Amino acid sequence: MKKILLLCLLVAVVSASQAQTYITRNGLISLYSHTAAEDINAANNEVASVLNGATGDFDFKVAIKSFHFKKTAMEEHFNNPDYMDSEKFPKAGFKGKITNLSAVDFTKDGTYKVTVQGNLTIRDVAKPVTVEGTITVSGGAVTADAVLNINRKDYNVIGESFVQKKIAEQIQLTIKCKYDKR
Amino acid sequence: MILFLLVPALSAFSQDVDADKLLDETTQKKKDTATQYVDGTFLSTRIVDGHTVETTQKGVLDFRISHRFGTLNQGIYELFGLDNASMRLGFDYGLSDRFTVGLGRSTFEKQYDGFLKYRLLWQSEGQRKMPVSLTFVASMIIKTLKDPTGAKIKSTDRYYYSYQALLARKFSEGFSLQLMPTIIHYNMVPDASLKNNFYSIGAGARVKLTKRLSLNAEYYYQLPGNKIEGTYNALSVGVDIVTAGHVFQLHLTNSTGMTERTVITETTGRWSKGDIHFGFNVSRVFTVKKPKRVNL
Repeated sequence: MKKILLLCLLVAVVSASQAQTYITRNGLISLYSHTAAEDINAANNEVASVLNGATGDFDFKVAIKSFHFKKTAMEEHFNNPDYMDSEKFPKAGFKGKITNLSAVDFTKDGTYKVTVQGNLTIRDVAKPVTVEGTITVSGGAVTADAVLNINRKDYNVIGESFVQKKIAEQIQLTIKCKYDKR
Repeated sequence: MILFLLVPALSAFSQDVDADKLLDETTQKKKDTATQYVDGTFLSTRIVDGHTVETTQKGVLDFRISHRFGTLNQGIYELFGLDNASMRLGFDYGLSDRFTVGLGRSTFEKQYDGFLKYRLLWQSEGQRKMPVSLTFVASMIIKTLKDPTGAKIKSTDRYYYSYQALLARKFSEGFSLQLMPTIIHYNMVPDASLKNNFYSIGAGARVKLTKRLSLNAEYYYQLPGNKIEGTYNALSVGVDIVTAGHVFQLHLTNSTGMTERTVITETTGRWSKGDIHFGFNVSRVFTVKKPKRVNL
């Protein structure tokens, strides 16, 4: 009987935690590089992300091949071994935690400023990053927005020497994920 | 009772999500609903002398210069053959991604050649699965070299035709294999005892060495029964070197000419005797018609 009770409790806990899990398969991430020579933009609207409202855990994964550029040549370069090497490293991701979870009320409409700390992994290189962003709750829907700047060289995204003038070292990433309740 | 409770508990656990799993689902879905055509079965439209299944991209003009020097066994006096060269200049143009037309002129026997090449099947994965690529090549060759005896030859007697079915599969990123059954038709055969149609089967392969370098080999076996005397099966080995806009091919072969008839049915050199020609193909592509881009 004790076992049954334990199981009942387990089921209850699991379903309770589920109620506060938010997921998306089509979040948006865009990257932007600005130099005097050229501006580069790319977007990927297939970000997979899970946000746990109970623990503040954030989980993002993107497929490198799903980044699309205006110029085909740029997209090819982006995927080739000198840059992102999407054959060898097909995914990039971020795993972190909201450090000020108490500031967010997922049950109440509003815009909450959050700080997220975690590891950003690109080309299998993981580096700790701290991201300032917002969580917007509106009629039960949860949206997360953030902008962060990363140094591509930290993640071994180098490229040939003759293109260095055209690609900024600091790449701006903009993330916008609209979550569904699970 | 326990089992009854256990089932929903377990299913709740198995539904536990992480972003990685969600992304894999998206990727799999895309894979299943789209067709991925296999690129780069070969790096060029030729293995060495013969065609590969690859066609020239739509709107792209491929200017090709090919040389075969003299044989290595000519020694230092002829600088191992480098003093003599047989050359072919050619233009290939992609009318569509699957359909190429080409024209060429060879110094060897002063031949003109033209071909039509169509890729009927394209190896693919995803929604439309196709295990192989299949390309047909039909070419016509006109030999304009005057008869050494001074005999007058009707112009149609100088025509040769070649029909090839190229069947290839890229087995992995590093290995591709191709088979090429071939019929070569001579309007006039060099010996009255020969029939007009010559049958042969070729095999070619590509092994990737590095990102920009691969090893190629090509062999044509002439089926017994109808073979010109003093000719041998053509064997060529070489490397492809890729740079932006160019493919350089360096090779060793026992053939002097570069058209189907001179390679497959009229190769007189023998590897075992050292009748090996060093040669190269240089390809430079020009985009004549810009492809339409799908904007974001």
